[in-house]
Parts: sequence; structure tokens; C-alpha cells
Amino acid sequence: MNLLEIQHRMLDAVMQPLTDDEQMRPHARDGKSMHDVAAEFIKPNDRLSSFERLEIYNRQYWFRVLASLDEDFRGLRAIIGPRRFEALCKAYLIECPSESFTLRNLGSRLEWWLRSHPEHLQPRAGLALDMVRLEWAEIEAFDGAAEPVLVPGDVLASDPDPRFRLQPYVQLLSVHYAVDDLLVAIRKDDSDSEMASNAVSERGKRTHLRKVARQKPQAIFLVVHRVDDSIYFKRIEPEAFKFLKALREGKSLSVAVMQAFEGRDIQENKLLTTVQGWFENWSSLGWFCAPNSTDQDFISASGRQS
Amino acid sequence: MPANPFNGFTDFGVGIGLRVPHYRHILAEKPVVSWFEIISENYMIDGGRPLHVLDQILDRYRVVQHGVSMYFGSPEPPNREHLKKLKTLVKRTQTPWLTDHLCWGSVDGTYSHDLLPMPYTFEAARHTAQKIREVRDFLEIPIAVENVSSYAEFHASEMTEWQFLTEVVELADCGILLDVNNIYVSSRNHNFDPLDYVNGVPAERVAQIHIAGHSKFEKYILDTHDHPVIDPVWKLYSRAIERTGRTATLLEWDDKIPSFEEVHNEALKANQFVADMAVTS
Repeated sequence: MNLLEIQHRMLDAVMQPLTDDEQMRPHARDGKSMHDVAAEFIKPNDRLSSFERLEIYNRQYWFRVLASLDEDFRGLRAIIGPRRFEALCKAYLIECPSESFTLRNLGSRLEWWLRSHPEHLQPRAGLALDMVRLEWAEIEAFDGAAEPVLVPGDVLASDPDPRFRLQPYVQLLSVHYAVDDLLVAIRKDDSDSEMASNAVSERGKRTHLRKVARQKPQAIFLVVHRVDDSIYFKRIEPEAFKFLKALREGKSLSVAVMQAFEGRDIQENKLLTTVQGWFENWSSLGWFCAPNSTDQDFISASGRQS
Repeated sequence: MPANPFNGFTDFGVGIGLRVPHYRHILAEKPVVSWFEIISENYMIDGGRPLHVLDQILDRYRVVQHGVSMYFGSPEPPNREHLKKLKTLVKRTQTPWLTDHLCWGSVDGTYSHDLLPMPYTFEAARHTAQKIREVRDFLEIPIAVENVSSYAEFHASEMTEWQFLTEVVELADCGILLDVNNIYVSSRNHNFDPLDYVNGVPAERVAQIHIAGHSKFEKYILDTHDHPVIDPVWKLYSRAIERTGRTATLLEWDDKIPSFEEVHNEALKANQFVADMAVTS
């Protein structure tokens, strides 16, 4: 057996799901005995059979990837419960094993996958999906790039209709449930549980969950952002959200304003004051960044596009 | 060898791994530490707290990068995006040498996130050495490969692990990160004398040494990095530095991490063995 054949066989075995009591399955995907499969390429020793030696790696694989998702999606886990969460993670990892060198990206396809497997989220599919999106946005915001901050006033002085770049770490999210409040509450319960009993913490989580789940779905617009390396969830008005989305898509200031207030009957001076207020607030948070050195022309809507 | 081509001709002492629970203590108290080892993958990101902390560490301390996902033994060629991110970090840290494991962990772009053992064959040695050369040529810094703990042996193996390690590093002309805890763990799991291993590696290629603790189970030992170093591992360390001379040494403690002082004091025990060696030589 050459190197590649050994590696294919071993990876296939290592990534095969464990039994319910966390042992290696007795049969491979093709029905062959795992004892026979293991014995073909792994030596036994005086204490462990080939099967048992391979099983160590099989178990380590699953413990590692499940722990990683457990850490990244605590909110989802609280919504659907730990048992169903584990079943969901196993099903997800079987269909979407890691394709990245880093475990940080393990959940990158979870939202996409869940959209075609909503049965894992019932009866709170909407709430759970919103939570997954928020938790992934948080991961992106945590270690996204922060580029040199831009002062919008300086740009407006030289170009009446500029384009602005949002910091790469700024994540825009439209949800239907108050998952921002719920996630904060879940984290607080988790941290309180270090001092109190688990039962008290679980009771607290269930109370928060029921409260949020009972609310009628409504459009909530969130910016997940970073200040001094800490993550914050900021709710914004629908117009502000449309405006930021337009800027992120590369629209000029005038187009972004038009899209934000489309269908709204609003006086020009009120509109101006509103937009100015947004810029003041968001600039103080450092959300705007300078254009890339490769797209200097990008900032000017009237000029040539690079 | 205190300084050799494989550790960038540096002369580092005893360091510890930079871990999140110690960030606050290190930044506030600024303890005297010879050097820190970082897990490269934790900082191969675009921004945020990890890089912010790293920059503060770099202002004050020497840092060496240690990777867990290059998978020199995996069948696919090195991932260019991975290499580019790694090189960006190398430029940031100015690491004098870079280490990763002599193992594999992925096939056709699917990752196990584990350090899977190599079959000790000449084919595997040639393949692995070629990849090490490619990575070194791209990164333009010395590379040292670490022996891993293992729980399985292959029928296909044609030599001992230390012969395989020697074959690879000679073919790749690279260094060794000699993990004496991993040698101990594997020796217990595979019934060989760990001293044969320590005596069998080319000492002149050892760029760095790892020490760590592990967990004992009924039928095998698991490399968990969650305990102090046990005496038999210190004995292997003592023999290793007898052969290599005083060498950059690092204590790994990755789980159930105690206070900074406890970890650092455990690491500094290595200095006693260096002193003993100086007296006896």
C-alpha cells in the first residue's frame, strides 16, 4: 500500500461518525468490517488491536471538531438544546467537512447548509437561523481587517459625491428576532454559571429564550462591529442599514442616500441632518476607511473607475 | 547546538508558549521571558485582538512561530493562500526560524485538524522532504520539523521513526524540533527505548527542543499538554542537550493552563539540566 492509499483509507476511517457511545463504528461505509479495514494498514501491539489504535484518531477527530463548533455557536446550542445541537453538528460535518487549514472557518458553511436542512432547527427555525448568522458575523468581526480610518469631512471637501469604504470588520445583518439581546443574555448566563449551579444557568437561558421566541418576528437591523478589540452589536434604523449596504456595495454617496430613503417623503434639510448624524456617529466608531492604494479612484464617483 | 543554520544562528534560552489566558498578565507585568513560541495559525488573520496583542508582545519579546497545519506529509502541494498568509506573519514576527510537524492531516483539501503519523517509508520521506523544501524556498527562513506523538504504526513502514526523521531532514536539509515528550509518549505506545531515539537523531540539526506533559490511560499515553513534565521526560531532555549542547527549549502547556508563573517556573527547570551538563562536561 503506498502513501496516498494509506492516507485515503486512514482519513476516511478517522472522519467516519462515531457510535452513540463514542466508539468507532464496527463497519465502514462500504459495509466492510472496520476490524479488517484497520488491520490492513495498522499494526496491532501487545495492548491494542489495529481497530483500537485507529479508534483513538477517530475519537480525537470528532471531539476536536465538535468542541470547535460548540465554542463558536453557543447561541444556536442554547436555542435548539445540546443534544439536537450535537446531532446537527455531526450531520453538518459529515456533509461539510473542513476545507480550511484553520478551525476558525469550520462553521463558515453552516448557515448555507442549514437552509437546506431546516428540520434540525424546528420549531424555532427562524430564530435559530438568525442566531447562526449573528454568531458567524461575530467571528468575522472579531478578526477582520481594520484599515486606516478615514475622516468623511476631508473627503467631502474634495468631492461632493464620493464613495466610502466600510471597514472590512464591520458586518451588516438584517434579522427577524432579537438575537443580539438573546446572545448577550446567554453569555451572561454562561458566565454566571461559573459561580452558580448549572441548573440556575439553564433556567435563565430558557427564560430568555422563551421571551425572545414569543416575540412576533420583526425586521431588526444590526451592525456587528469592534471597538478596542471587543465586539458590539449596534441596532440601526432601516434607512441607515440600506445606506450602509449601498456604501458597502460601492455606491456613491448620492445613490446610497437615494436608496436609503426610497419611497420616503422626507424634507431635504431633515434628510441632510439625518445623514450628517449618521456620519458623525459612525466616524466616531471608525467605520470608514481609506481606499486601497490600488483603488485610489474608487473614492470619486465622478472620476474614472479603477 | 546553541546556534546553527536551522535556528537562524540564534542563541535562545528557555521559552514558553504564548497562550490567551496569560495575555493580561504578560502585558501588565512584563515578566522576563527569554522568548515566546506562538501558534502561527492563531495569528494568520487580518486584524483584531490576537494581532494587537502579538504586536505588543513583539515590542518587548523574541517570538518564534510554530505551526500546526502545514502537513508536510499530506499528498497535495502546499496551499498558496496558506503560504501567503504565513509569509505575511513571518514578516511581522521576524521569526528567526519556523517549525511545524512531521505529519500529515489532509487529503484532497479535506482537513482532519489532527497531526496524523507518517508511514516510515522511503517514498514518504522523499515526498515530505520535497514539500519542506518548497515551503522553505517560499518563506525564505530556516525550517525545523517536529516529531509527533503517535498512537498507531503502519505495516508499510520500512524503518524506525528516528531513521525516518533523519532521512527526511537530510533530504530536505532542514532542522529538527526535537519533542522529547513526544518521543516518550510514542516509546510507550510502540514499545521502543526512547533513548535509542534521542541517540539516533542527527544532533547537529536540532534547532529547538520541546518539553511537555501528557496523560496516561490504561493501554496508551495521550499527548495532552496539560500536566507538568514528568521525570523520565526530563531525563530524555538531559540526554538530548548532552548531545546537542544548550538548545532553545520550549515548554508546551495547552490545556488546563495554570497561572503564568506556574508554567514559566516549570519551563525554567530546564535550566538546571543545562547547568548540570555544564558542570559534568
